[in-house]
Amino acid sequence: MTTIPMETGLLLAGVLFMLGLISVMIRRNIIFMLISVEIMLNAAGLAFIVAGNHWAQPDGQIMFIFILTMAAAEVSVGLALILQIHHQLKTLNSDAANFMKG
Amino acid sequence: MELTFYIAAAVAVLATIMVITRFNMIHALLYLVVSFLAVAVVFLTLGAPFMAALEVIVYAGAIVVLIIFVIMMLSLTREDVEQEKAWLQPKLWLGPALLSFALLAELVYLLVIAEMPAAPAAASYVDARAVGLALYGPYVLGVQLSGILLMAGIVGAYHLGRQKKKVIHRFLQEKEPQKERSAAI
Repeated sequence: MTTIPMETGLLLAGVLFMLGLISVMIRRNIIFMLISVEIMLNAAGLAFIVAGNHWAQPDGQIMFIFILTMAAAEVSVGLALILQIHHQLKTLNSDAANFMKG
Repeated sequence: MELTFYIAAAVAVLATIMVITRFNMIHALLYLVVSFLAVAVVFLTLGAPFMAALEVIVYAGAIVVLIIFVIMMLSLTREDVEQEKAWLQPKLWLGPALLSFALLAELVYLLVIAEMPAAPAAASYVDARAVGLALYGPYVLGVQLSGILLMAGIVGAYHLGRQKKKVIHRFLQEKEPQKERSAAI
């Protein structure tokens, strides 16, 4: 169908993953960190799609569906945690949540 | 078709750069929607139209709307944007960015020198029928595990998101009127 080389798709996935990785390291706001994790998961799914379509097999797309499911579950639990942290600490700074108290 | 792929890839990368450099959360989320839509176009040009539809519906639709709802519940103000700006100093992001660029350069180098196996002669187009047949054939255990994972996600989100009522003993109530007021809110 297309003549797009596999390297290009994998490069795009790598660049998107690196941008998400940079963002999750430099941000202190936990909502931004969650968004960055979403970007990284999306990039991983893109790599699966590229590889799966290179060999014309459905396995890559199935892995993307599983990643999608995992991302949905992860974002719901993560947002609930963010709500709790904001409710208890009155801030979104991830450094404020570095104390454990039973 | 090839040009479509490259334009969509450029849009995805630029929108993602805008996401990670914004100070305002809503602006970042709007760029995130653009990034997801561009990735959906990439899926379409790669020959996975069903996955493009799922990307638009689940990522650009459901997940982003969920995050927007939470941001609305937190009722962030202009001070939060200012604080975000204060947190994101160049001396903070320069180190991680440079190290990540080193890793990306290695990845690019490895991809360039690698010998990619040639694609099979058949057209690289996998329709939704083949995906569904494989999903409910060899991968049916994964589907069941996904169901369990989603169930755990729902229960976990309900359990964590519940605002517990703070019970204060009556002897302590007069000492800490501040806490009681915050609990009542």
